[in-house]
Amino acid sequence: MVKLTIDGEVYDVPAGLTVLQASEIAGKEIPRFCYHERLAIAGNCRMCLVEVEKSPKPVASCAWPIAEGMVVKTQSEMTKRARHGVMEFLLINHPLDCPICDQGGECDLQDQAMAYGMGASRFEELKRAVPEKDFGPLVKTFMTRCIHCTRCVRFLDDVAGVEELGAVNRGEKTEIATYVERSLSSELSGNIVDLCPVGALTSKPYAFAARPWELTKTESVDVLDAVGAAIRVDARGPQVLRVLPRLNEDVNEEWISDKTRFACDGLLRQRLDVPMVRDDGRLRPASWVEAFGRIADRLKGAPGERIAALAGDLVDAESTYLLRRLLDALGSPHRDCRQDGAALDPSCRAGYVFNTTIAGIEAADACLLIGTDPRREAPVLNARLRKRWLAGRFPVVAVGDVGTPTLAVETLGAGPRTLQDLLDGKLPFARVLKDAKAPMMILGMGALARPDGAHVLHAARTLAEAAGMVREGWNGFNVLHTAAGRVGALDAGFVPDAGGRDTMGILQGAGDGSIAVVILHGADEIDTRRLGSAFVVYIGHHGDRGAHRADVILPGAAYTEKDAIYVNTEGRAQIGRRAAFPPGEARADWAIVRALSEALGHTLPFDDLAAVRRGLAGLGGAFAAIGTVVPAAWGAFGRAGAMAEASFVSPIAEFYMTDPISRASPTMAQCIAARAGSAKATGTHG
Amino acid sequence: MSETTFAFSPANQERARHVMAKYPAGRQKSAVIALLDLAQRQNGGWLSQAAVDHVATVLGMAPIRVYEVASFYTMFNLKPVGRHLVQVCTTTPCWLRGSDQVLGACRKKLGVDVGGTTADGAFTLVEVECLGACVNAPVVQVGDDYYEDLDVASTERLLDDLAHDRASAPGPRVGRKTSAPVHGRATLLDGKNR
Repeated sequence: MVKLTIDGEVYDVPAGLTVLQASEIAGKEIPRFCYHERLAIAGNCRMCLVEVEKSPKPVASCAWPIAEGMVVKTQSEMTKRARHGVMEFLLINHPLDCPICDQGGECDLQDQAMAYGMGASRFEELKRAVPEKDFGPLVKTFMTRCIHCTRCVRFLDDVAGVEELGAVNRGEKTEIATYVERSLSSELSGNIVDLCPVGALTSKPYAFAARPWELTKTESVDVLDAVGAAIRVDARGPQVLRVLPRLNEDVNEEWISDKTRFACDGLLRQRLDVPMVRDDGRLRPASWVEAFGRIADRLKGAPGERIAALAGDLVDAESTYLLRRLLDALGSPHRDCRQDGAALDPSCRAGYVFNTTIAGIEAADACLLIGTDPRREAPVLNARLRKRWLAGRFPVVAVGDVGTPTLAVETLGAGPRTLQDLLDGKLPFARVLKDAKAPMMILGMGALARPDGAHVLHAARTLAEAAGMVREGWNGFNVLHTAAGRVGALDAGFVPDAGGRDTMGILQGAGDGSIAVVILHGADEIDTRRLGSAFVVYIGHHGDRGAHRADVILPGAAYTEKDAIYVNTEGRAQIGRRAAFPPGEARADWAIVRALSEALGHTLPFDDLAAVRRGLAGLGGAFAAIGTVVPAAWGAFGRAGAMAEASFVSPIAEFYMTDPISRASPTMAQCIAARAGSAKATGTHG
Repeated sequence: MSETTFAFSPANQERARHVMAKYPAGRQKSAVIALLDLAQRQNGGWLSQAAVDHVATVLGMAPIRVYEVASFYTMFNLKPVGRHLVQVCTTTPCWLRGSDQVLGACRKKLGVDVGGTTADGAFTLVEVECLGACVNAPVVQVGDDYYEDLDVASTERLLDDLAHDRASAPGPRVGRKTSAPVHGRATLLDGKNR
């Protein structure tokens, strides 16, 4: 601890801090532009100048280490004058265009000019103008406003791991630019919009859409990948205008992926807003009563074993739980939430969650990736892996395709044969794993969603045990999901009952006629042609693959339109909240299932959402401890057997379109086009 | 001198290896300025995008990091220049000693303004900050050579020589050796001119 005086009061703060950090502990506000808690210190904006006794001039507090007996004055005349001066310089070339600037109302420069500026400018010369840059379809630039804090440059270098932005030229001609004009290739590029303290980088899709004070802000969680990033949904009336990250140190720190941030325009398109029934091969709008009646007619007399249900990737836990209860009531054992056929073993929870936890990655000291491309499957989790890798002494190797990683990954091999070699101790990395104190492995859907998935799972478990990944206080076995609803559905028991069919069995049964009715609960990632002549009920929010095949459509709510629980890949149950109402006659999914159960004469005993949640909490586990990760008990899972030869390939072929919402998003379509275009046009790397 | 492709010549590859070997393993990036200079010389006095990319590849750096360096230093040219890059110093000592006239003579003789290149591609005229040879002001740097103590007539002669590829010895134009006193006094103790 170091003793120092700040504004006349003595504080004891931990050694190794900067003056700015110490002042924050002391509750003093220090204005800043370039300093950011999660980025490297640059010290180039000078806004954080404070007076330090015995120093002849003010010091940049963000880059100044504290020392014993230091006397800091954050409110002195010298400090005040220094701030005035810096602010005057920053504003010299900054245009006075706040009325037409999208940052207006949430602009650090605006706020700090009000708080620490002089109120008037003495600058009478011409301001400089900087040409706009094209950073692609997500980030809009207005470079004349740039104050060269280099937060965006440091973020892309350090956190995102793509060195694409830089400060070119010098002095008054300095500009932030890409070398050759091109779209940013990072899946995290939208975060530089949040980091930009002025209006130089703003959101392109949200350009001129609204002012911050017009928006209703709702704290929620993301469902477009399985990380469950904390988000804030900003809506005006029925329309979600933007999605911003929220702080959650355990999950996403303060970053979100571009899909999370920008796919929200997909919520306005392709929506199912009225129940529909199919007559003579064509869907037509109907009333809820008629739609339920149609289902009841079809189900009348159908024995339970001819009814089946599939849950999709975006489903919430409540409705999935209710649907399971409904199937129980109907006497059907056929249900599955693993649309891709992933060989996840529901009997042991430790076998299907990310046991290490995302924050726990930082404690690991070796990592094995099996059939996963974390950059495309979970960009925010990948950022955590990179953070750990940057800290040093973190060998990362891969079995299977890893795409273009943002950290050094050595690929050991393509498929199961390499995994077997690791098990047999034939590869040097087997030794590294053995010697590591906290080794971890990440098993992706690319390794599990295949016919021999259960054998791969078994091999991975055996390797984890052999390498000492599982012990008291540490579990290095991790499954990285790609579907936000998957763990919740597994926890809620949406898997085949004894004698029930799994996804492949249900599709086969529908094809050969032994399954007569299939309820698709937001299931869009299956091959709907295989449903044969089955009667298909679709509950969901987008007119995607499932809805096209449906005989009855029950319009549900998207994740921004309902209060719902989602369990992320760690097994952390989190609550998403309603930011806007579902469109038209669409309803929250749990209420649809509840109403359907009544129409079918099997009324479920849940009259409100709280009752459903009590039911879920009764299942224990994550649902009884919202927001936290309950360590899962280790056990046996997977099935011993010979693995096939085929390589592991990540299931995410296209990062920007993985689900009905992002497939309906024009912004995501532009991203794909831009990426295809820039790969063709320049062919440069880096 | 191509704009689309660039690779170090065998001789420059050797030089690049030599420069990079001066730095500890993993720190080859420190050689970036030296390698950019080699590339610029090989590429006819300027750095094309291909040349910057090549240096980035050789050093294992992201192209933007190399471009930052190349665009920061004024001695790297990011646009094509003439065979002779005429750099007229106009900082205070040279200006006091008549650099305006020297620059004017260049303008008139070459028929281009500052920043311009003659139609035949022989000369590019630029204005630069202090070249560090104030004692011989006014100074013009052409390529690697300094031409000093210039006036209008000697500037015109210099440009003529360069235009006709005649040898023109670098250094002072007033008959003195390097920066020795113009009036010939060699030491402080030499009292003849007192």
